[in-house]
Amino acid sequence: MHDKTLTQIANALGSGELSSRELTEHYLQRIQQSGAILNSFISVTADQALEQADAADQARAKGTAGLLTGMPLALKDIFCTQGIKTSCGSRMLDNFNAPYDATVVEKLKTAGTVTLGKTNMDEFAMGSSNESSYYGPVKNPWDLTAVPGGSSGGSAAAVAAGLTPAALGTDTGGSIRQPAAFCGITGLKPTYGRVSRYGIIAYASSLDQAGPMARSAEDCAHLLNAMAGHDGRDSTSVARGVPDYTETLNSPLSGLKIGLPKEYFGEGLDPEVEKAVREAVSVFESLGATVRDVSLPHTHYAIPAYYVIAPAEASSNLSRFDGVRFGHRCDNPSDLIDLYKRSRAEGFGDEVQRRILIGTHTLSEGFFDAYYTKAQKVRRLIRQDFLDAFEDVDVLMGPASPTPAFDLGAKKDPVSMYLQDIYTIAVNLAGIPGISVPAGFVDRRPVGLQILGTHFAEAQLLNVAHQFQQTTDWHLQRPDFAEESA
Amino acid sequence: MQWETVIGLEVHVQLATHSKIFSGASTAFGAEPNSQACAVDLGLPGVLPVLNEQAVAMAVQFGLAVHADIAEVSVFDRKNYFYPDLPKGYQTSQMYHPIVGPGEVEITLDDDTTHRIRIHHAHLEEDAGKSLHEDFHGMTGIDLNRAGTPLLEIVSEPDMRSAKEAAAYLKAIHSIVTYLGISDGNMAEGSMRCDVNVSVRPKGQEAFGTRAEIKNVNSFRFVERAIAFEVERQIELIEDGGKVVQETRLFDPERDETRSMRTKEEANDYRYFPCPDLLPVVLDQAYLDHLRSQLPELPAEKRERFQQALGLSAYDASVLSASRDMAEYFEEVHRVCGDAKQAANWVQGELSGALNRENLSIANSPVTAGQLGELVQRVLDDTINGKAAKEVFQGLWHGEGTSADAIIEAKGLKQVTDTGAIEAMIDQVIADSPAQVAQYCDAEPEKRGKMIGYFVGQVMKASRGTANPQQVNGLLKEKLDALL
Repeated sequence: MHDKTLTQIANALGSGELSSRELTEHYLQRIQQSGAILNSFISVTADQALEQADAADQARAKGTAGLLTGMPLALKDIFCTQGIKTSCGSRMLDNFNAPYDATVVEKLKTAGTVTLGKTNMDEFAMGSSNESSYYGPVKNPWDLTAVPGGSSGGSAAAVAAGLTPAALGTDTGGSIRQPAAFCGITGLKPTYGRVSRYGIIAYASSLDQAGPMARSAEDCAHLLNAMAGHDGRDSTSVARGVPDYTETLNSPLSGLKIGLPKEYFGEGLDPEVEKAVREAVSVFESLGATVRDVSLPHTHYAIPAYYVIAPAEASSNLSRFDGVRFGHRCDNPSDLIDLYKRSRAEGFGDEVQRRILIGTHTLSEGFFDAYYTKAQKVRRLIRQDFLDAFEDVDVLMGPASPTPAFDLGAKKDPVSMYLQDIYTIAVNLAGIPGISVPAGFVDRRPVGLQILGTHFAEAQLLNVAHQFQQTTDWHLQRPDFAEESA
Repeated sequence: MQWETVIGLEVHVQLATHSKIFSGASTAFGAEPNSQACAVDLGLPGVLPVLNEQAVAMAVQFGLAVHADIAEVSVFDRKNYFYPDLPKGYQTSQMYHPIVGPGEVEITLDDDTTHRIRIHHAHLEEDAGKSLHEDFHGMTGIDLNRAGTPLLEIVSEPDMRSAKEAAAYLKAIHSIVTYLGISDGNMAEGSMRCDVNVSVRPKGQEAFGTRAEIKNVNSFRFVERAIAFEVERQIELIEDGGKVVQETRLFDPERDETRSMRTKEEANDYRYFPCPDLLPVVLDQAYLDHLRSQLPELPAEKRERFQQALGLSAYDASVLSASRDMAEYFEEVHRVCGDAKQAANWVQGELSGALNRENLSIANSPVTAGQLGELVQRVLDDTINGKAAKEVFQGLWHGEGTSADAIIEAKGLKQVTDTGAIEAMIDQVIADSPAQVAQYCDAEPEKRGKMIGYFVGQVMKASRGTANPQQVNGLLKEKLDALL
């Protein structure tokens, strides 16, 4: 049954063919069997999951069940969950049990979902390979020598391996789309402000956004229906009606205008990846879409701008982890400064410390205008690039990542790791939505096609992705790992 | 050399909102430590701030009251530094785009001169918690009840030239915020505190001297004393060939001195940047107009009206308009008795004296404005004389009756104006005091005026204070002079 998509499982639950308890037990067993190999979970909440499953089955018997009632899900360990460890992949929060649920968690609970556990991730969501986790790297189920991508690598690997029908991730510079691409699943980063950030441990507040990661666009549509909406506790969430994202999945694509940003097909792009992406684009042409080249002229400034803005915000967001009220505290501090220094030095890993240092530096007196102010100007230009492009085309398409999943340990130099996000990062700076869908393989490692739309165009992205998945079956392919461990 | 003092003030006013500036937790003073700090105030991972609209409205009201420009768009920034009672590791404040722009306040000194003090800007920010160093056996306790309490920081231009002006400015700010009802102004509880920037320069020199900032001065008196000490210190330092260094100093009221806390070199780099969790605050004209229409009559306007319409002196008008409670009390006394001058005298004299003796604020006066107004009315209509009025006041103060009339009635203090009755009492006193009468008759005519006092006293005593003193005086003089 782990071969089914979330939509198929929902139908099986609805018809009574499956109970939530059977389903939950099945996934818990799969997590237990393969957990040690993939390392995709930090916490497994079996007892709570079974309770939730029983409650869901009762609700269904009473006739009060919704589409997601009883649906097992995994949450990236960045979402605060009441009474359950929320580590954010860090030693700093290894001892932290949140006293409250994130808004998204609350909404999904209300919808009746079952939480299987919390998935592994790059520490504080800083990374593109899931190698910066305090809990060790996650392995890619398609090839255990490859990374699953990051930072939502645990969620992506768990979905790909059939350990959960779907999972939640967060995306600050590509952290949903890139691991979705590397693991051959579908992952949507919504428009900034579409999903509440309340209860999601902040990395870079102006860029962070939560989204669904699942087998298909249709699965993502069902999840987004439950996740999206204004939240009075998040001032940056947008008060704008939420459509039923499943309603327009089957709209025809004839007349759809697709733009291919030439900057996304330039130097550094693996030719095999390019080939897969161009083939995917031609599928859309066969569905009646037209394709043209467009330009996003400020693309090459996106990574530098991101690595000013995100670390600046992070350096401030992570100041609360000071060893005083929660999280890691060093033993026997000699005084206050010693308490701060050692608690933070011991609690944070290298990449987190590196970004705190970068951010602290760029915000310093004398450097602020040269870095932060300038980066904000670049950010506006990048946003304008997209808005200009969307004057001419409906969606943009390109690769989600310049290469397929790379080998574990392959990227030792931080900058080469940062360059991984070249096609995803500008999207966060502009605040627009993007989705990655499976579009082929290079040496048995998946390739992701990224589709971008203008602000609040999630319904359109899901429609476009769904139509592609009605025509292709890349998204239905499973790694051997998922079959073997079945 | 002649020196000139230059002073600028940063006044922190705690706004009287029900809940905190970015969370729903209560702001009430004096609760059990950490009982009024929610997840947002604790800075738990994942929490987000939501701006309290009431705090914005209060800041705007202040801005309107000091004729300031109100920013159409204002932005919250993060001020980053580590301190155990600062839960997030940053204070949310407004550095670059404050909500209230330039304005001005008029102050009146004891010598009736008025000065305009310019306000540079005022911005909204959150307060930090409190570190408690006692009772924790070498450790420090943290109380986060105050964390997130809304503050309005009002920054003046360096327009004050004496400690008196600084104190008057602080009083003016106090009076404006309490009139507006946007703060309880309670300095003892920390609802209002200020940082004082002080420098000196040779008289006539245009350039400012190097300033020292005295932190956290929390009373009108301390402001004057801290400035007096600091000015003297700086002048002495310079005259001895030294240089003032830019630094932060602390005022110690016990020793009446300021001490260095940290110099400019040790100052923090706060790494201000716009808070990405909060949207810019955008205010439209309709909102400002609405708040403007809600403004009460402010101290300056009241002072003006008390002088122009009620004929009070500048001094009386200034004292009576200094606080909203005082002004409202006075206006009620005036409404009831109909005589502004008398109402002013009673409020500033008998009432203020009694309040000061018992350390009560006018809001807690045992004598209501209505009661006092009626009492004054009884003096004005000659029902009682001045002496009896004081007794009636004491009666009201001690709750011996619910109204002036009731006490006058119960104590029989109604003034005797019946000439026959007064004459009878005078005749009796003259008959009982042959020695004094003889002295009177023997005295030089110019000394008799003074000697008559004895007889007046005896008659008043005989009437138990109820005789009309003017009548007694006139009749006594007639009768005694008839004996010559």
